[in-house]
Amino acid sequence: MILDKAETNPLGSQPAEAVINNFSITVATVNGSGSQTSNLTLMRALFKMGIPVSGKNIFPSNIQGLPTWYTIRVNEDGYLARCEDQEIVVAMNPATFQKDMAGLVNGGVLFYDDSIKFPISRQDIHIYAMPVKAMVRDSGAPPNLRDYLANMVYVGIVANILSIDMDRVYQALEFHFKGKQKPIDLNWSMVKNAHDWASKNLHKSDPYLLRPSNKTKGYIMADGNTAAALGALYGGLQFAAWYPITPATSLAETLHEYVPVFRKDPVSGKNTCVVLQAEDELAAIGMVVGAGWSGLRAMTSTSGPGFSLMVEYVGLAYFSEVPVVIWDIQRIGPSTGLPTRTAQGDMRLAYNMGHGDVKHVLLLPGSVTECFEFGWKAFDIAEQLQTPVIVLSDLDFGMNQWMTKPFEYPNTPMDRGKVLWEDELRQMGEKWGRYLDVDGDGITYRTLPGNKLPNSAYFARGTGHNEYAQYSEEPEDWENNLLRLRRKIDSSVSILPKPIITTTPEAQISIISYGSTDSAIVEAMTMLSAQGYKIDHLRMRSLPAAPEVIEFVHSHERNYVIELNRDGQLHQILRLEIPDCSMKLISLSHLDGLPLTAQWVVSNIIAKEEGQK
Amino acid sequence: MTDQLAQASRSQVNLVGLSKNDYRGNPSSLCQGCGHNSISSQIIAACYELNLVPENLIKFSGIGCSSKSPFYFLNRSFGFNGLHGRMPSLATGAMFGNIFLKGIGLSGDGDTASIGMGQFKHIVRRNVPMVYIIENNGVYGLTKGQFSATADEGLELKKQGTNPYLPVDIAWEALVSHATFVARSFAGDPKQVKELIKAALSHKGIAVLDIISPCVTFNNQDDTSHSYSWGKEHEVALHELSYVPPAEEIMIDYEDGQIKEVTMHDGSMVILKKLDRDYDPTNRAEAFRVLEESNKDCCLITGLIYINQAPPTLFDLYNLPDEPLNRLTEDRLRPARETIDKVNEMMF
Repeated sequence: MILDKAETNPLGSQPAEAVINNFSITVATVNGSGSQTSNLTLMRALFKMGIPVSGKNIFPSNIQGLPTWYTIRVNEDGYLARCEDQEIVVAMNPATFQKDMAGLVNGGVLFYDDSIKFPISRQDIHIYAMPVKAMVRDSGAPPNLRDYLANMVYVGIVANILSIDMDRVYQALEFHFKGKQKPIDLNWSMVKNAHDWASKNLHKSDPYLLRPSNKTKGYIMADGNTAAALGALYGGLQFAAWYPITPATSLAETLHEYVPVFRKDPVSGKNTCVVLQAEDELAAIGMVVGAGWSGLRAMTSTSGPGFSLMVEYVGLAYFSEVPVVIWDIQRIGPSTGLPTRTAQGDMRLAYNMGHGDVKHVLLLPGSVTECFEFGWKAFDIAEQLQTPVIVLSDLDFGMNQWMTKPFEYPNTPMDRGKVLWEDELRQMGEKWGRYLDVDGDGITYRTLPGNKLPNSAYFARGTGHNEYAQYSEEPEDWENNLLRLRRKIDSSVSILPKPIITTTPEAQISIISYGSTDSAIVEAMTMLSAQGYKIDHLRMRSLPAAPEVIEFVHSHERNYVIELNRDGQLHQILRLEIPDCSMKLISLSHLDGLPLTAQWVVSNIIAKEEGQK
Repeated sequence: MTDQLAQASRSQVNLVGLSKNDYRGNPSSLCQGCGHNSISSQIIAACYELNLVPENLIKFSGIGCSSKSPFYFLNRSFGFNGLHGRMPSLATGAMFGNIFLKGIGLSGDGDTASIGMGQFKHIVRRNVPMVYIIENNGVYGLTKGQFSATADEGLELKKQGTNPYLPVDIAWEALVSHATFVARSFAGDPKQVKELIKAALSHKGIAVLDIISPCVTFNNQDDTSHSYSWGKEHEVALHELSYVPPAEEIMIDYEDGQIKEVTMHDGSMVILKKLDRDYDPTNRAEAFRVLEESNKDCCLITGLIYINQAPPTLFDLYNLPDEPLNRLTEDRLRPARETIDKVNEMMF
């Protein structure tokens, strides 16, 4: 049975109470159809209306033809994690139409392309049919652009029904097309036509509305990969090598884009940063280790499979004490896994990347703004410690747009660590040995290629070496070196970003988390608090664990470690690092490849806590 | 004999005031008679005679017997002994630190033609300006005598039996990958090795030297193409090659048509004296032909097989400052404070 869709009004004549600036819109399309432009336009228009907004692209590992969803969440209070409830669905894809419709909340809204001929199985939702094909045809647009323009139809109609400011829509298009008038006009006229059509032909029956607000003042919209790349350029990055891989690619592409803008030498006007696409990740990391050894601020960016390929060189860098920065934009694994879905599954590999006794410094940004900050800070830490620094971001940060605080100029000068050029080496005199610990902090002095003094050179190697970088198989040399390396990494906590701790009076339980889950957890904390739970929160920003983390774990009866992987990898690490608190650490792992939701956190914490009674 | 030479040369200095000792490395721990030691000596001699300052050289290697050898020359040069098959990437990155240093990479046939084939072809294709020497002995020495990718088909080794596979021709692979300088030589022909190293050090681009360097312990039987005796009997030099430094007069008189001169970008010259054939090393098709012929006729063709000085090097593509990148300070590396507002405006 096919109902007369447009006439259906589930709530009869009863007007529902308006729902303002607090709901989610899911746009279901086919990938490769240009819907990303439409979705970003909607989201950016909302941001410019002053309404806190987030957009999450749930997309397939494919170029064209498979289902994709884009979820826009608006929330006046600024809670912007993915939401499990879908109030509004824009259904453009016949293949997922029934599922998309089924996912709507009671009283929700369905916008749909009227060429989709499926029965409307629900009586409890508001429905707007959109004559997408007819409107595109009538627009007279060239046939090769019609698919793209089809997605602008829903922008206009949704804007009309939900009262989105059309000036803001125009502003978003201008930004997207970088001020190029031709595409702006083409898209705008489609949006405008659709908007006008809706005014004349649709009668608003649903309660959802958007109203201008002032809650986005002092924020920007950016993605984590752009932030990381810009941060690195402000950190004085000099050499980056990379290989294409989802979801890390856009980080390196942003470097390519911005080197000419921000990294011209003020003296010569030439480039002070090299970005090189390598033949694979084996080579990318090799180049970066070479560059780091020769004194350049060097980095690579990758994701799971590429990260796996880097293991051996990272082990060499650790052992030969070469500063490098590696951004791992995590996706779900093992193996090829789900290349377009997010996860935090690489922590265990990252922390002990390499064979033998290896332990690395990890940085764990928890916001897009922190991606920028750690982008530059990672180099200071790597060069101070002369060791690889691995930054764990993920697909959710890397590829989605986040409302975030503006990027701040680095607040400390660059710290190049213990480097000896000619003058410094002369002052050191006979005391210098490449791996001789003169300061007692495990960090030794290094010289760089090009140093003109005859005694400056040394032969770096992955084989056993003594304090003067000479080959050695002496048991004592080996042991001393390995123990010094451990001392160096363990004492690094003093220069690593401290955890962010939020406390509630009398809280005896806590949540420990890191990275992109923060927005869901902060929202969940509010929801739990409303239900009478007293919970503290610690967001880790680095490993090895800082004393503050250890103390925090000690001081709570139960610490729920929430992360996006099966085995509770951070949970495992904390248990190893704080063995006497093993029983106080409980793993809550979220595993489906989708960003965390507050609802998931709340229900899992409650279930565990109820189990305690 | 090496010690006597060292004694004799101690008092002598070159134009930069250095003695040959200033170019030496640690005592070799490779086998007595290893071809690699002979190549190390020629690297030392070439650098000394070219008056290069060791601090202006930088050396790299992968893993294997060959890759140990940078420890046995140029102690005053920085070096990095990297991973098996992955010296090319290490060198590529490291050389960006200071593009004014001369790079020397040491590799073996396993390191280059087995595990490292990918990286080898890519460093060649990128024309990273450095000397890339393959000490090619057809066998894995450090793991005690397994077949390498350049081992002869049918080669019989004690524990391995008979090699069933066809060998990789490294010079051919380099040529296919658009190498701008390809040479083949023989560790038993030290004079040619030295002249080729000098030419390679003057080349603007990647200079691949495939040097047959016998492994006296595992693969030096008379019938294998990587042995001293086979090399001595089968070597066919394409030309007699001599290197003339910049601003030095050519003292030798040749009859017309008997020599070819190749002027290098630094003004030095490589003089190729005609032997049995008329060979033009600037003709790539001819280079392929001569390698094919060499393999077919089971002879060891040596000399400068191909040279092309026109292509840009990797560094040419990046428009880098005139100072070494690794000497730039914060004021040149960190964008000015006022730019941060522009960055935030560029976001939405």
